[in-house]
Amino acid sequence: MEYEIVIGLEIHCELDTKSKIFCGCSTKFGSAVNTQTCPVCLGLPGVLPVLNKKVVQYATIAGLAMNCEIAEFSKMDRKNYFYPDSPKAYQVSQFDLPICKEGKVSIQGEGFNKDIGITRIHIEEDAGKLIHDAGHGTLADNNRCGVPLIEIVTEPDMRSAEEARVFAEKVKTTLEYTQVSDCKMQEGSLRFDVNLSIRPKGSSEYGTRTEMKNLNSFRSLERSIHSETKRQIKEIEKGNRIIQETRKWDDDKGISFSLRSKEEAHDYRYFPEPDLVPIVLEDKYIQQLKDSIPELPWVRVQRYMEQWNLTQTDAQTLTATKQMSDFFEKTVEYCDDPKTSSNWIIGELSALLNESDADINDVKFSPQDLGKMIKLINEKTISGSVGKTVIKAMFETGDKPDQIIKEKGLSQMNDEGAIKDIVLKVMADNPQSVEDLKNGKEKAIGFLVGQVMKASKGKANPQSVNQIIKENL
Amino acid sequence: MKLSIEDVVYVADLARLEFNDDELKIYCEQLTNILDYAEKLNELDTTNTQPTAHVLPINNVLREDIVLPSLDREKALQNAPSQENGCFKVPKVID
Amino acid sequence: MELFNLTIHETIELINKKEVSYKDVVENYLNRIDKVEDKVGSILKIMGEQSLKSACALDEKGVKAEGLMGIPYGLKDNISTDGVETTCASKMLANYIPPYNATVVEKLQKSGSIIIAKTNMDEFAMGSSTENSRFKKTHNPWNLDKVPGGSSGGSAASVAAGEVAFSLGSDTGGSIRQPASFCGVVGLKPTYGMVSRYGLIAFASSLDQIGPLTKDVKDCAIVLNAISGHDEKDSTSVKTQTKDYTSNLSKEIKGIKIGVPKEYFQEGLNEEVKKSVEDAIDYYKEMGAEIIPTSLPYTEYALSAYYIISSAEASSNLARYDGIRYGYQAENFDNLIDLYRKTRSEGFGEEVKRRIMLGTYALSSGYYDAYYKKALQVRTLIKEDFDKVFKTCDIILSPTCPTTAFGLGEKSNDPLAMYLSDIYTVPVNISGIPAISIPCGFDKNNLPIGLQLIGRPFEEEVLLKVGYSFEQGTDYHKKRASI
Repeated sequence: MEYEIVIGLEIHCELDTKSKIFCGCSTKFGSAVNTQTCPVCLGLPGVLPVLNKKVVQYATIAGLAMNCEIAEFSKMDRKNYFYPDSPKAYQVSQFDLPICKEGKVSIQGEGFNKDIGITRIHIEEDAGKLIHDAGHGTLADNNRCGVPLIEIVTEPDMRSAEEARVFAEKVKTTLEYTQVSDCKMQEGSLRFDVNLSIRPKGSSEYGTRTEMKNLNSFRSLERSIHSETKRQIKEIEKGNRIIQETRKWDDDKGISFSLRSKEEAHDYRYFPEPDLVPIVLEDKYIQQLKDSIPELPWVRVQRYMEQWNLTQTDAQTLTATKQMSDFFEKTVEYCDDPKTSSNWIIGELSALLNESDADINDVKFSPQDLGKMIKLINEKTISGSVGKTVIKAMFETGDKPDQIIKEKGLSQMNDEGAIKDIVLKVMADNPQSVEDLKNGKEKAIGFLVGQVMKASKGKANPQSVNQIIKENL
Repeated sequence: MKLSIEDVVYVADLARLEFNDDELKIYCEQLTNILDYAEKLNELDTTNTQPTAHVLPINNVLREDIVLPSLDREKALQNAPSQENGCFKVPKVID
Repeated sequence: MELFNLTIHETIELINKKEVSYKDVVENYLNRIDKVEDKVGSILKIMGEQSLKSACALDEKGVKAEGLMGIPYGLKDNISTDGVETTCASKMLANYIPPYNATVVEKLQKSGSIIIAKTNMDEFAMGSSTENSRFKKTHNPWNLDKVPGGSSGGSAASVAAGEVAFSLGSDTGGSIRQPASFCGVVGLKPTYGMVSRYGLIAFASSLDQIGPLTKDVKDCAIVLNAISGHDEKDSTSVKTQTKDYTSNLSKEIKGIKIGVPKEYFQEGLNEEVKKSVEDAIDYYKEMGAEIIPTSLPYTEYALSAYYIISSAEASSNLARYDGIRYGYQAENFDNLIDLYRKTRSEGFGEEVKRRIMLGTYALSSGYYDAYYKKALQVRTLIKEDFDKVFKTCDIILSPTCPTTAFGLGEKSNDPLAMYLSDIYTVPVNISGIPAISIPCGFDKNNLPIGLQLIGRPFEEEVLLKVGYSFEQGTDYHKKRASI
């Protein structure tokens, strides 16, 4: 039988605030255990939460960017459960009145072009981190307790791992572009839960779904979907029923396992958080945030192609992150040469970043510096090949291109007289090559040009050198 | 509303409390009495009444996103019954 | 001189006249504690050395006496004190030392008052007799066989016994006013949002409010001046204008409209209590107040709504006591769940567990709408009751409690009977409005009777004024328990 896969996602995303959701503790990643806690996020007796303004702002922006309806009135609720990563034994979240609902995100790919419905986006706090590999106990580090999250819940609108991945990538880009989250997946800033069921193709009823928890990369998202689909088909074809359960993906082994042991009654006893007052958003505030949303990547791609004649591939590469795209645009703004700017960023700069395992945020020079360098090439102050030396130096030191050119004496000799002197000297020193050239061995000119370039430390304009050699045979 | 012993066991489990059989019986009876008393509320028609979660008519109490000093780890852990490597220690959690 | 019998304002005057020093005052109270604490049992921790040091420092600096400067006070042991045990009178927190101060503690520190004791209470403020303390029994200073009321029983008894000049309590359903009534002192539950709850160990967050217990109304105003005001650490704290609550006090109350709700004078109300409250009504009539018979028809539903709401919130607020980060941890356990269950079952007392069970049930799947949501809807009705009456009345007058102090052990086995003791006080918490209890007489056994005045939100000055007027015409507030 042919099956259809039905997928819905829950995406947890850490918001890029400086301080936690309810207290002033830093949200910085990677600090020493339990050094970013205070009475509030430790849930000490008597403390009270105060909601971070930025959290409301970011959640609203995320909702707007995903075409959601923003709630005029929303409130925080408590979700009660005992676990050592939850100091208050409840998570402050949103239950029946989330801040955003009913949105959609369109996705395109091979064989699909559709909208994925966003059921809701709500605000909540992250839990602490449990460290399991410590002998006979489990250790709790509460640095992450109270880091602000949004949870994005979709409709069961995806029909393949590919669709799920494309959707997830689009959400990631959207959140990055709107600067709501840094989306650093290796730091757990973006985490996916997959709700998946299968049904015979053509059927309109949903099958029983399972929930796959804790997927931290696009790769594991796709792999887990493939694996769970296979498992469910196998179960059904064996004549078994699918059990509604939570499963955990083991990325090393490439399999999932049931968390049924922990399943027991999920009776979270939600109720309105009495320590926090409702969130009431005015139209003016929402409009302001709407206006502040930057151009989103898929719009940029179109513009780059139409306005600047870039290929789709290049446009997509450049817009993969907002930082890269912004860098590109600022470069163009300075040098007014989109094609060359694109080439330098996708080519040389990306290679340098790869080599040093850095990203665009780490670049020491400004887009204007790169623009300046491109201008210098276009003005023939330096050659393209010298440009590679210059950008490397810029990348390493952060120095200005003209400074580097000056210090290293890299500017191209356009002074015909000076070049001629060098050419004549090289020709005099290499009579055999001159002879060969005269005898029609065209290859010899390459050697001579090379010698001139070497003698001029790369500053001579190769075309002029060619010209001058031919003139002086 | 007569609570059953099973109800009490279920609630105790949610609340992470444990009782022996005698206690269960007593709690069952006392909770039943209190809930019976609370049944009084059902005399009232509240179909069109909004619930009041907050008595104050205030909204949007928000703080600026500013980092403030955290507790020293030593102070954060000063009351912990069990700690190890700067962390709160609990019995092994299997998940 | 028996300084411990004086009010705050009388003490301040003496210090100003240089008749006594700050040290004399603190020493006097410490001596009093020494002498009577064995009998009263209102204190969980005495901060003798530290308080004397603070007093001496004030003397050395020659600080001018005003407000609460140098005045020794007691703090209910559910209010967090940096570096000093804060136990909620529970085994669960027997050794818990907060690393921070409650906002009210910071404010009192700023006012120059000196903490000398942490006072006994019902465990986690759940109770009406202080018998639920896991550490000791507190006795009513007027009759040591009687309860002091609760849950702020230690705070009320310590003021009545002259062990502290004033104290702070917390009031979730009457926990300041009821013990104030039983112990013959003044107790104020301010409007919800008037005093910061930051650092108050939560029982029921939407109802809890900190307030003063004092020897008279003027003292109450002085303490309110010091502890009220907006706190950015408490989202439910309200930005109000700063007022001087002592400035409005006068005997003159002519024209004030006092509502007397019939529901507060029905069956269950002790005759002697009724008589005293009626005398108070007569006093106000003579003073030119307009007495308006009125009705709060939803009163009889308040107690049910209260127990559902407060227990539900408590079940969540008290979930954090799991033996991991602070507080009691069971000695023997097999695994995590076992640690939770044993810690919580051993650490909490019976009443606390009963309320956690009730609250957990009321929030659990399938019952939320029937109990919790219903209670919140009834809360709306009760609040609207008051709103209506306050359209025509400036304040509402009633007894604080149906009876005077009952005997130790008398109601400890009947939770429902104990709950009924709060019948006149809980509607006020449910509605978030302010109310004060002031002494208005004694029964034939010489046990104090309390008069409750209920006001519009954030109109504490009206309550204080009307209460003050009563004191000017009577001398119940001047009587002291003889121990």
